[in-house]
Amino acid sequence: MEGTDRTTLLLNLYRTMLRIRLVEERFVEPILSGEVKCPVHLYTGQEAVAAGVCAALEDGDYVFGSHRSHGHYLAKGGDLAKMVAEIYCKATGCARGRGGSMHVIAPSAGMMGAAPIVAGTISLAVGAAYAASVRGDGRVSVSFFGDGATGEGVLYESLNLAAVLKLPAIFVCENNLYSTHLPILECRPSEEVYKIAEPFGIAARRVDGNDALAVYEAASSAVSRCRAGQGPVFLEALTYRWRGHVGPDDNIQGAHTDIRSPEEIERWRKRDPIGRLRALLLRDGAAGEAELASLDERIAAEVEAAASAARAADFPATKELADHVFSRP
Amino acid sequence: MSGGASAAPAARTEKLTLAQAVNRGLAEEMRRDPRVLVMGEDVGVDGGVFRVTEGLLEAFGPERVLDTPLAESGIVGAGLGLALTGYRPVCEIQFSGFVYPALNQIFAHVARYRNRSRGRYAVPMVIRMPYGGGIHPPEHHSESYEALFCNTPGLKVVIPSTPYDAKGLIVSAIRDDDPVVFCESERIYRAFREEVPEGDYAVPIGKAKVVAEGEDVTLIAYGSMTRQAVEARDALARESVAAEVLDLRTVCPLDVEAILGSVEKTGRAVVIHEAPRNTGVGAEVAALIQERALLSLQAPVQRVCGYDAVFPFPLLENHYLPDRERIVRAARAALDF
Repeated sequence: MEGTDRTTLLLNLYRTMLRIRLVEERFVEPILSGEVKCPVHLYTGQEAVAAGVCAALEDGDYVFGSHRSHGHYLAKGGDLAKMVAEIYCKATGCARGRGGSMHVIAPSAGMMGAAPIVAGTISLAVGAAYAASVRGDGRVSVSFFGDGATGEGVLYESLNLAAVLKLPAIFVCENNLYSTHLPILECRPSEEVYKIAEPFGIAARRVDGNDALAVYEAASSAVSRCRAGQGPVFLEALTYRWRGHVGPDDNIQGAHTDIRSPEEIERWRKRDPIGRLRALLLRDGAAGEAELASLDERIAAEVEAAASAARAADFPATKELADHVFSRP
Repeated sequence: MSGGASAAPAARTEKLTLAQAVNRGLAEEMRRDPRVLVMGEDVGVDGGVFRVTEGLLEAFGPERVLDTPLAESGIVGAGLGLALTGYRPVCEIQFSGFVYPALNQIFAHVARYRNRSRGRYAVPMVIRMPYGGGIHPPEHHSESYEALFCNTPGLKVVIPSTPYDAKGLIVSAIRDDDPVVFCESERIYRAFREEVPEGDYAVPIGKAKVVAEGEDVTLIAYGSMTRQAVEARDALARESVAAEVLDLRTVCPLDVEAILGSVEKTGRAVVIHEAPRNTGVGAEVAALIQERALLSLQAPVQRVCGYDAVFPFPLLENHYLPDRERIVRAARAALDF
């Protein structure tokens, strides 16, 4: 890819990642102050995975998320203000204030939903891939999950079913090296997650999850493979979350769970996916400092406006408590 | 939505078992609606352990009659993915006792996707499972845990007792926009035949049926226990006791009006199920009656249930399962109170 296409792609990736980053970081203070009461699993540091994968998708493709899905939601085209409102549990939220951070959903954008049950939506993505396969409509279905999901049995049921039926399913494992608070080598025999897909005959590879362009290229090739009817793909994106498992800092040394050293976090901060892409944009001459600064400002303003609107919005009405249990009350 | 008013039955009928009646309902809905597909273990080439899906593969092909790996969680999860993307899947769980690996999907996602999406997704999905005792295999192949599903907001739970109802109810379940757990009694799959109309008719979900009228006591049952209740009624009739038999047909949501209407008339109720007693459907029915019809009651509501024990194999099975004698005894206890 060269010239204008590449510039457009890089700028889009950058914009998507920056929107995710600034939203995530905007929640740090309200979480710490107790203003945001809903448990929040921040995506800071992993932005290149959501941005890179979703940039390779069409609007009609399906994405299923996890407990840490703000990035997937935004990258797939979910409305930013509605997500912020959802995390504030307001009626204007994307799940009308009834789901919170772990249930972001945007059906019209193909973001089919997320859930805190680890590995919970992987088999749903396989079902959606089967629907696409039977209809022959060329859609692909993407399941995002973390390395922690590799401990859950339904992942293997899903890999098997997708392989047997040769479905257009892309399994994206964001390996951030921790299953909640447990380092990966304390719960898996190997750090190399992608190898779990190989016995199923699924094309599998590991990609640098902090390199948005590399993720995009791997995802594009997976999408092409799926659309050509060549069966599922497993992508392991090696990355790192800067913040705690839940909340800003729950397992940084000095806080209550004391798992990760500040030095380890600092090492990964130096591999900041956004900083790397910014450097690439400048090096390529795809954007200048002034242009990027102005983009930063515009996104910061968008996030600030979303937060103000969310704060001012109403909570869901009591009378809605039993709505949508069944199709008819 | 489910059937609403039943369509006029077609003139031609066929004498069918309950298993065959479910099969006819599935086939007719698949013919009528290309979005309906069937998936599960051995549902295709084999035609199902109980032959319920026999002939569907030949009629509708492998895409719509999907033989899956042995993976209950995957089957139900993939079924939900299909339901969210335009299909109306009917997932078969080979025996109700095999559903436990899929409970995560059912409780955590299937039951609440409508709620999670605030009504933007419907979940038009049926989860069929043979349930209950009477054919002598051990525990997982014989047990009844419908109450688990009744205790889960977002699920409907349907348990037919006759071939006619089984066909009409599976049709309604498939047409319903909400997930339906459809339990089919293994014991009565082939126990008897009855005339079942060919062609399109639906039995509405959420409506009980008065199987036999009476004034002295109401026997409330469903699934395989409806036949036991009818036998008990006949025995009571020989003692000049007129028992009314109410077949719930849907255990969630309950037909509150039918239950209260009958008990207000008879003043006495016996609830019968083969599932364990503790917090079973009988407990809910009994609570409902005392909340809403206390002043009509002449006696405490009686429960005739399976025991709070693992389903026994096989010699104790007949002791575990409620039968005519136990139901008659409970009715007498209500009458003599």
